[in-house]
Amino acid sequence: MKLGSIIPAPLRKPAKPGESDAGKGAAPADLKISPPERPSDAQRLGERATEAPADVLAWVDQRTAASGLLTGMLYRKVPKGTNWFYTLGSATLFAFIVQTVTGVFLAMFYTPSATQAYASITHINNDVFLGQFVHGMHKWGSSVMVILIFLHMARTFFFGAYKYPRELNWVIGVVLLILTMTMAFTGYLLPFDQRSFWASVVGININGTGPVVGPYLSDFLRAGPEFGATTLARFYAVHMLLIPGAIIALIGAHLYLVAKLGTTAPPWLRGERPKVAAPVSQLDAGVEGDGAPPAR
Amino acid sequence: MKPADKQAYLEEYELLKKKGKPFFPYAVLKDSAMALIVVAVIVAMSIVLGAEQGPKADPTTTSYVPRPEWYFFFLFELLRVIKPPELVPLATVGIPTICMALLLLLPFYDRRPERRPGRRPIATTAGLLTIVAIAYLTYLGATGGSPTEIEMEVAPRYEAGKEVVVGTGCLACHKLGENGNDGPGTELTHIAQLIPRASILRSVEIGPGIMPSFRDLPPKKLNELADFLASLD
Ligand code: HEC
Ligand code: HEM
Repeated sequence: MKLGSIIPAPLRKPAKPGESDAGKGAAPADLKISPPERPSDAQRLGERATEAPADVLAWVDQRTAASGLLTGMLYRKVPKGTNWFYTLGSATLFAFIVQTVTGVFLAMFYTPSATQAYASITHINNDVFLGQFVHGMHKWGSSVMVILIFLHMARTFFFGAYKYPRELNWVIGVVLLILTMTMAFTGYLLPFDQRSFWASVVGININGTGPVVGPYLSDFLRAGPEFGATTLARFYAVHMLLIPGAIIALIGAHLYLVAKLGTTAPPWLRGERPKVAAPVSQLDAGVEGDGAPPAR
Repeated sequence: MKPADKQAYLEEYELLKKKGKPFFPYAVLKDSAMALIVVAVIVAMSIVLGAEQGPKADPTTTSYVPRPEWYFFFLFELLRVIKPPELVPLATVGIPTICMALLLLLPFYDRRPERRPGRRPIATTAGLLTIVAIAYLTYLGATGGSPTEIEMEVAPRYEAGKEVVVGTGCLACHKLGENGNDGPGTELTHIAQLIPRASILRSVEIGPGIMPSFRDLPPKKLNELADFLASLD
């Protein structure tokens, strides 16, 4: 069995034109004409079972036309020279996913109240099954994510990847960086121990020294003139709902643009022009002929 | 970038893309390997370093180290480099805001088509300098902890106040004799020459600028602290 045949038909690489592998990836499974001879019940059942995934996908595909999008995404070409530096963005994404998953588990046991927050963390650490482990993953995961986001930014900076046509993706990236740092700042208070408490007091005061908006900003962060119970509730809501929502939406936009524009090639590579002086527009018309529409 | 440059870039990119490999499975494999490494590192850190709690937050307490998470050290150190009070807003909010604006608008003022780092001397140098500066400030922040004692000799009746200063983390921001960080707060070694006892007490209670307010300390401790500082002339 070829490896490719594990992948359900609608998601297989589209056949090249001229290569005749009838129906491969094309017709939805339920339009196939079955062979005339009558298989035994068991055979039929087995056949149905193996086709079930393809059937389900075809069903979804008939209604969403999503498979074209997906195969386009999966089999689009990444330019020559794409190397390990290009994994830093998805590594950041992965660190974010780790933060999301561990964060959800912490939220099941955490109490955002000035009187109970500390005790609920003690409870997570000491009593909850794998509690300290998950808490530790969340805590250190934040450092890992911050490091990765800076490395990813450095990569795109030094490779000049922020230039035309990817300017907007850089702008979205900077906003993601600010939001990530805000996550780190608001999360630091939640354990409500001495370190986090006093660091947040100072942090809010630092915001308060800003010109014009400073005092309003610090009042907003404190949720009032006094640092206390309301501050914790506010940090919790910002850390749990507001910023994660914004980050998820912006990562979506960021990745949409990555898929649409493609990732850059390393800046030192030059495309080899073909020996015959064919205009590039003709090259697009399928000399390589993978049948895909000219990817953009 | 001129329209011709844009066109040239897109054509060049199309050529490089033709020579490339499909995203699946090649890039996906690398990304997955990296994802595994990321998770493995986080798991290892969690197991080795754990998630210990510090003592419970307490506004009336007398022992804490007001330190941010390490990746904010460089911002905090900025306050130490820029000390005059009238410039503090510049260090706290001004410089970070300007840097963020510069970063955000980068694609709009660096519009040259050149992408090779070696041929963009200004951008590459600025980038490297930024990295060095942030690394240096982070290093300063990591090594400049809050000292836990004051070596200064004081009269026995001021010992109690000295202990309050040590235990309340003032040295994280103030220099006192040979100990403490020189900044962002005023040096306290001769504070009594600068301001009278009442002003010292008021400063400690309201917490000027970025300094936290210590009004929740027990009155006895506040008095001991003020007595001690008012004796430093
Ligand atoms: C987070 C850092 C920080 C901590 C911790 C801190 N201070 Fe300060 N302190 C400052 C800063 C900054 C100023 C100057 C504020 C301004 O004028 O804008 C200051 C000002 C003062 C002043 C007034 C000095 C003057 O010249 O007017 C006194 C007195 C003082 N602090 C005492 C203390 C004492 C006592 C403690 C410990 C209980 C303490 N500080 C803890 C940052 C700190
Ligand atoms: C939550 C944070 C972020 C995530 C999950 C993320 C994810 C990604 C991914 C997966 C890519 C594909 C290429 C690659 O991995 O290198 C990418 C590309 C890109 N990212 Fe990010 N990113 C984040 C933050 C940032 C930041 C902070 C910046 C810069 C300020 C940035 C700028 C860019 C640019 C310019 C590209 C295009 C690179 C190219 O085409 O070579 N991103 N991002």
